Amino acid sequence: MKKIIIGPFTRANNSCAVEVIVENKKVVDARCKGIFFRGFELILRGKDPRDASYLAQRICGICSSAHATAASLALENAAGIEPPRNGRLLRNLILGADFLQNHIRHLYLFSLVDFITCPKIAPFVPSYSVDKRLPKKENEALVNHFFASVEIGRLAHELVALLGGKAPFSHGILAGGSTVPPSADIIMNFKAKLQKINDFIRNIMVPDVYLLAEAYPDYYEIGSRQPNMLDFGVFPSGERGRRKHFPAGAVINGRLQRVRTALIKEHLSKSWYADAEEPQQPSQAETIPDIKKKGAYSWIKAPRYGKWAMEGGPLARLWIRGDYRRGTGTMDRIIARALEAEKIGLLMESWVNELEPGKPVFTPFEVPPEAEGVGLTGAMRGPLGHWLRIEKGRITHYQVITPTAWNFSPRDNHGRRGPVEEALIGTPVANEKEPVEIGRVIRAFDVCSSCSAHVLSAGKQVQEMVILP
Amino acid sequence: MKPPVIWLGTNTCAGDSLSFLNAYDPGYQFFINELVDFRYNYLIGAAEGNTSIQIFESALTELSGQYILIVEGTIPTLFAGMCSIIGYRNGQPWTALQAVKELGAKARYVIAAGTCAAFGGPYSSDPNPTRSLPVHKVLDKPVINVPGCPINPEWMMGTLMHLVRYGEPELDDYNRPKLFYGETIHNLCQRRQYFDDSIFAKKPGEPWCMYKLGCKGPTTYADCPYRQWNGEHLSWPVKANTPCIGCTSPEFPDGDMPFFSHLPDVKLPGIRLSANRFGMLTAAATALGIGAHLAGSIVNGRLFKTWQKGFGTKPKRK
Repeated sequence: MKKIIIGPFTRANNSCAVEVIVENKKVVDARCKGIFFRGFELILRGKDPRDASYLAQRICGICSSAHATAASLALENAAGIEPPRNGRLLRNLILGADFLQNHIRHLYLFSLVDFITCPKIAPFVPSYSVDKRLPKKENEALVNHFFASVEIGRLAHELVALLGGKAPFSHGILAGGSTVPPSADIIMNFKAKLQKINDFIRNIMVPDVYLLAEAYPDYYEIGSRQPNMLDFGVFPSGERGRRKHFPAGAVINGRLQRVRTALIKEHLSKSWYADAEEPQQPSQAETIPDIKKKGAYSWIKAPRYGKWAMEGGPLARLWIRGDYRRGTGTMDRIIARALEAEKIGLLMESWVNELEPGKPVFTPFEVPPEAEGVGLTGAMRGPLGHWLRIEKGRITHYQVITPTAWNFSPRDNHGRRGPVEEALIGTPVANEKEPVEIGRVIRAFDVCSSCSAHVLSAGKQVQEMVILP
Repeated sequence: MKPPVIWLGTNTCAGDSLSFLNAYDPGYQFFINELVDFRYNYLIGAAEGNTSIQIFESALTELSGQYILIVEGTIPTLFAGMCSIIGYRNGQPWTALQAVKELGAKARYVIAAGTCAAFGGPYSSDPNPTRSLPVHKVLDKPVINVPGCPINPEWMMGTLMHLVRYGEPELDDYNRPKLFYGETIHNLCQRRQYFDDSIFAKKPGEPWCMYKLGCKGPTTYADCPYRQWNGEHLSWPVKANTPCIGCTSPEFPDGDMPFFSHLPDVKLPGIRLSANRFGMLTAAATALGIGAHLAGSIVNGRLFKTWQKGFGTKPKRK
């Protein structure tokens, strides 16, 4: 048996690993391995609850606004307060701009490189050269769009800075609301920049993903899995923010259900953490690292919804909305991301118009000495939850379930695979030296990790690859 | 020949690479075409797996002594460094700890990008679950620290260009380029007058001095008020009506938390000065060059240490 290791798996945030077993040039088994541990939940303990919306953003540089949102919602939930209408709109605009930044950069800087022939300068060389199907002219156009996307991604971050001081890690999303009172000059600046971004999405990004889909139609099937999906809903709307522009939903075997958070449990049997007796709810779960644990292969926990491994991200949200239900392949994920960016960009245009200069943006509040709170939101990559407990005015328990924990989770206590593990099954690998197919499938999930993929070819005795001692 | 650059991501959130992409004139395209030979970046490089390892191998051999190594993130030491793995070299996990030591030893210059790499930052915050260290603690050679959570794109672009064209920039006692970290936020702040006049914001979102909401401007060295964020210089945290949380400081975040509680009021023997007198006192202490034996009793220890070190003048003790 030949063993090929892909590591580092670049063009993704942070480290993880995938071990894939290939038989007859097809993936027959896969294991997703988080090889990166920081213990952020431990770091948050003992800290001032108000600090979480700034500190927890440091979990992830590319989706920091989503962590700020979940942390703010958790503390608002604990304190029993709500932001004023302007505050909610401003937070939607900051989070929306960060979504656009993420989706644009993900498509061009991370994902596209697997499909096109890049310029012959560093950091594009060395790289794989197999299975590049686009004609020269189209390829050239996409290379130009790659560089245009750097500018447009920056512009999206400028929107975050305009309302939040800087990006990443803006200061504009915090419990109580937001902080930059809308005035005519800021609103106009925001609108003008947003229009440039929306023009790019509409006229370049969306056509580009369909161009890719035409050249790589087999990728509608490659990466498919059962439509089991989850999102907590994102971008509150209405006077009190009860409804969401992208509603919450659980999709089981393609059928939409209401989300029941009580069904969310974290399984730890394959994760390097001290075992709990039974899968635990996030409000109870403990994070105690244990590198020597037998059978474990990942730093990522395995959250499950009942018995289901749920996928999150743009495809899940559009499926829940009923906007896109063609399938669950790699190309579906890529197309859904572009379509979601287009939708969010348009919604942002309407939110800007709803801002009311002179009205409050922030609701003052006292931190309750003893309380619990939950903050649930859709993030760029899927459902994000922060669970918070306050005692004597300090954080005593903080639990975060990230979208990548859902998407990139290892097997659960019953041996059921995580979503990326499922999607990799059946993926063709034409050339084990340049297994470009694996990266295409994984990147379409937009995993927030620098992954390492282990490709194992069947035929000889496989020795279990020990990633960590 | 353009100078080769290797940008390594260790225990990081990628925030600094993403912020660097916000660079504007020069932007990313100009940067890779004209300014440097951008051999490796974990977030945007095309290489993966063995192809990435090839890049490291050739840096260690052909480019030895020539490349600039940029490290983004802390270096975990828990479990022998296995909390952060750069990749698989000859089939074996290559930890961030090993990679930084090996690549650092053969680099011409080493730059720590962001506060995690420079000082430990959020990922080594108490209780430092991964026993993470900043870059300079694992290398036996000088490291240029470009802190910030994240870095401002121009702090990094400017430091790189200074290295390439004019050699090592002048550094403060924390090895930060004085060009960008030479003065406190407080002294550069557009709202300084409100501080001196005791006009303080009572809640986030108000256009006054943020001191009483926890602003760490008085102890934080960076040029945010002048430079602003991002590439287009649109805003910065105080302009967004929120406190500076001190993200370029060696003590960030633990020494700057709670973010929304203000620095200890100044104490003099027999007198307790409130915040509105604080700035005047600072100015007086600096102008008169009051020695450490007095200044030490004026401000508490941490504050004073940061103040002095940032200026590159070591505290004099009797």
